Amino acid sequence: MNQSVDSLLLANVSRRGLLKGLAGGSALLLAARWDLGLANEQAQFGAGAMPGGWVDNPNVFIHIESDGVVTIVNNRAEMGQGIRTSLVMVAADELGADWEQVQAQQANADQDKYGNQNTDGSRSMRHWYDPMRRAAAAARLMLEQAAADQWDVPIHEVRAEIHKVVHPATGREIGFGDLAKAASELDVPVRDALVLKSDSELRFIGKESGLINGELKSAHPKAIDGEDIVTGKAVFGADVDLEDTLYAVVARPPVYGAKVKSVDDKEALKVTGVKKTIRIEGTGQPAAFSPLGGVAVVASNTWAALEGRKALKIEWDLASAGDNANYTSDAYRESLEKAAQSPGKVIRQSGDVEAALEEADKRVTATYYMPHMAHATIEPPVAVVRIKDGKAEAWAPIQNPRATREGIAGLLEMDEENVIVHQTLLGGGFGRKAKPDFVLEAARVAKEFEGQPVKLQWSREDDIQHAYFHAVSVDHLEAGLDGEGKATSWRHRTLSPSIASLFAADPKHKGEFELGMGFNTMPFSIPAIRLENPPAPAHVRIGWFRSVYNLPHAWAIQSFAHEMAVAAGRDHRDYVLELLGPDREVHNLTFGDGWNYGEDPDLYPIDVARMRRVIERATDEAGWGRETGKGRGLGLAFHHSFVSYTAIVFDVEVDDEGELTIHRADIAFDCGPQANPERIRSQMEGSCVMGIGIALQSEVTFKDGVAQQGNFDKYLIPRMPDAPKVVRVHLIDNPSDAMGGVGEPGLPPVAPALCNAIFAATGKRIRRLPVGDQLAS
Amino acid sequence: MATLTINGREHELDVPDDMPLLWALRDVAGLTGTKFGCGIAECGACTVHLDGEATRSCVTPVSAVQGRQVTTIEAMADDAVGKKVQQAWLDLGVAQCGYCQGGQIMNATALLKKSPKPETQEIVDAMAGNLCRCGTYNRILSAIERVADQEVASS
Repeated sequence: MNQSVDSLLLANVSRRGLLKGLAGGSALLLAARWDLGLANEQAQFGAGAMPGGWVDNPNVFIHIESDGVVTIVNNRAEMGQGIRTSLVMVAADELGADWEQVQAQQANADQDKYGNQNTDGSRSMRHWYDPMRRAAAAARLMLEQAAADQWDVPIHEVRAEIHKVVHPATGREIGFGDLAKAASELDVPVRDALVLKSDSELRFIGKESGLINGELKSAHPKAIDGEDIVTGKAVFGADVDLEDTLYAVVARPPVYGAKVKSVDDKEALKVTGVKKTIRIEGTGQPAAFSPLGGVAVVASNTWAALEGRKALKIEWDLASAGDNANYTSDAYRESLEKAAQSPGKVIRQSGDVEAALEEADKRVTATYYMPHMAHATIEPPVAVVRIKDGKAEAWAPIQNPRATREGIAGLLEMDEENVIVHQTLLGGGFGRKAKPDFVLEAARVAKEFEGQPVKLQWSREDDIQHAYFHAVSVDHLEAGLDGEGKATSWRHRTLSPSIASLFAADPKHKGEFELGMGFNTMPFSIPAIRLENPPAPAHVRIGWFRSVYNLPHAWAIQSFAHEMAVAAGRDHRDYVLELLGPDREVHNLTFGDGWNYGEDPDLYPIDVARMRRVIERATDEAGWGRETGKGRGLGLAFHHSFVSYTAIVFDVEVDDEGELTIHRADIAFDCGPQANPERIRSQMEGSCVMGIGIALQSEVTFKDGVAQQGNFDKYLIPRMPDAPKVVRVHLIDNPSDAMGGVGEPGLPPVAPALCNAIFAATGKRIRRLPVGDQLAS
Repeated sequence: MATLTINGREHELDVPDDMPLLWALRDVAGLTGTKFGCGIAECGACTVHLDGEATRSCVTPVSAVQGRQVTTIEAMADDAVGKKVQQAWLDLGVAQCGYCQGGQIMNATALLKKSPKPETQEIVDAMAGNLCRCGTYNRILSAIERVADQEVASS
C-alpha cells in the first residue's frame, strides 16, 4: 500500500549518500557561494534578479556514484513542459554522461541552496540553461583532473568522452564512476576556467529528434519520467501514500469573502468513515495564498470525506463578502463595455489620436470580450501534510515550493527550517499550482491530527468554482484609416480586474507586468497611438493562467488588425507586415514598459524582424493566398510574449450547420536557441489545442457571486475531436539571439488566429469568446 | 467487505458497497495508477478494464464489480496489446504531464483489442471521452495508429 512513497523515501536516503560523491572542498564551496551571492545581488535582470537567484555549483546539482550512475538534481517543477528531461539533458550533455546512466532527483523546497524554484513565467530553461551547463562543465573538469592525477599526466593530455575520461596518447581510460571519489576531493574550479562544449560536441542540446510534424524522424532520448507515466508508477500529488493517512475535503464559501455562519455536521458524522469536521477560518480579502475558509470533513478515505461533505448543513454569512455577492457576469460585462466608452488612465501616447480619428477617411471600431476561465488541470489541487515532532512535512504538486514553505511556516507559526516541502510531479500546472492555498489547507487540517498525514483532495467542482480565475476582459479598439486604407491612428482601451487585487487593496487598474504582456508593447508603427486602461474591479480571486494577460491583449489586437485589413480591402498578411513597419529593435521603455518579462532590454529588445520572420514562415508553410473554396478559409495571428515570437495560421471549414472543422494549424516559433526541440514542438502542439478551447469552449460565469460551472459537463475543454486534424510546428533556426520562453508563448495567438480563420471562411466576426454556438445558423 | 479481483489477484477490501471502484483502488488497495479527474465519468482519467471493457471507475460502485476481472494500468505491461501501446506512447513522446495518460492508454488498449485496425474516425470517436489538458491528442492519435499499423504489418 505504501510502496510508492516508501521507495520515494528510500531513494532520497540513498541519494543523500550520493552527496558524498562530488561533495568536497568545503572552503572553496563557501567561496563559491559568496561569489555567487554577489553575482546575484548585482543582477538587475534575468535569473540573477529572481528571488534566490541562480546557483551553478556542481556539488549542488550533480552527484556521481561509484557504479557510474549520475544523478542530476532538478530544481524546477515538472508539469508537462518536460523540464525534468530537458534541463537534466542539458547538464548530462555538457558533462558527457551516458543518458542510460542518468537519473533525476527532484529538489525539495530550498531556495537558498538551489536558487530560484518558482516555475512560472516560462523561465526555467532561459534562466537555468547557462548555470546547469556551467555546473556540468565544472564537474567534467574535476573528473578530467582526477584522471590526470591518477595517470600523472598534464590535464591537457586527457579529455572526457561519454561517461569516461581518456588519455589518447596511451589509450588508457577510466569510467566516471571510478573517478567520482577522487574528483569529489578536488576544489570546484573557478568559472573562468570552464570551457563549454562547442555545438559540434553536443549530442542532445539543440538537436531535433522524435516526432516532427507527424513523422517519427529519429528516436528521441528517453524521457526521464516516460516509463513511469505509461506504467502508472509516476507519483503525482495524490499518489503520495503514507501509513495512517487521513483524507479530507473542504466545503468552501460559495462567494469570495463569505464566511461560515453556522454548521450542522450531525448527518455528516454519521457517514461511515467520517471522523471529524473542522471549521477553517478564512482570512477574508485579499486572500493571497490563504485558505478560503469553510468546513473540512476528515475521513478514512476520500469517498467518505466527499459523502460527509454532501451531508453538511452550512449557513453562510454572505454579508462579509460585500459586493462580491452581487457579482453577475452579464451585468459585469455590460459595465466594462460601458466604461470602455470613456477615456481611461493613459498608458502610452504618441501623436494626437482624437484629431487623427476625426480626420480619418474610415474608422474601424470593435469591442472584444474574453471570459473568466479556470485552469482545470486534470489533476485537481491536492496535498499531503504531516505534522510531527515540531516539524511539518508536505508533499504536493506545486509550482512554487518556496511560497509553499513560507506559507506553511506562517500558518503553523514555525521556523521555515522545520518545514520540509517535497515537490511531486504535477498533473498539469498552468499557473494554478503556483498558488499554494491547497497545501496550506492541508497543513491547517493536519494541525488537528499531530503525527498523522492528511491528504486534502479538491474535487473538480472545487477546482473550477474556487479557481484563481483568469481575468475577464473587455478590450475596445478604434482605428482611423486614410484613403488608401493605411492606419493613421490606433486607440485601445483595455479593462480587466488586476491580479494585484489578490494581494492588496484592489487597484482596479492593471499593473506594469500586466500591461507589459502585449498591451503597451504592441509593436505596430502607426503615427498616432493612445493606450488607455479604465478601471475594472475584482470580485473573485484573480490569478495568473498560462500566458496571463497576453491572452486578451493578443485576442483583441490580432482580431482588430484583421478587421482593419478587411476594412482597407487588403490582404491580412501584407497589411500586418506594413503595420509592423521596418525591421528594427525596440527597447521596451520606448513603449513605456519597464518590465520586459524581467529581462535585459539590450539582450531582449522587441525585434520586429523576428516577428516578421515568424509571420512569413507560418503563412508560407500554410500556403497563404491559396484558393480555399466556399466555407473554408485561412486565419493568421502572431504575438510576442515571454521574449519569444509566435505566429499561427489556421485552415478551417465551417459547414452550413455551423459545424467547424480545423483542417490544419501551422505554427512558426522563434525562441532563439533551442535546448530541446522535441519538447518545444510538444509545447507548441499542446498550446494550440488549449488555445482552441479558449476560443471555442471555456467560460466560467457568475451569478450572485457563485460560479455557474462545476465540472467538465459544463466547463468545456478540448477533446480529441476538437483538435486540428494536423498540427505542424516550424521552429525558426536562430541560435544567435538570447533564449526565450517556451511554455506560454504558443498560446496567445491561437484564439485570434482561429477567429480570423472563421471570418475568412464565413464572413462572421467573433468578438465575444467563447465562440460556443455563435456559428450555428 | 468486498472481494475484488484486481489484476488477477483477489483483494479483500473493507469498503461500503456504494464506494466507487476508483477510491477502493486508490485509497484502500493502494493502486494509485488510476487517477481521479472529475468523479462524473467526463474525463476518463480513472479508466480501468472491467472484463476487458474500458470502464470509468469513478462512477462504478464496488458492488458492480464483484466476481468480475478488474484490470488497471499497473498490469498493462503484462498485456500484449497494452505493452505495444505503452511502447508507442514512449516512441512518439506522447505524454506531457502524464496525469491523464494512464486512462488514455487503458482506453486505447481496449479499443485496439476490439478493433485492431481502427480507422482514424473510429479512434477519434473512441477517445473522445478522455480529456488531456496538455493537449496531446494529435500524438495520442499517432501512437494508436502506430500500433494499428504494426498489427497490419504483422497480419
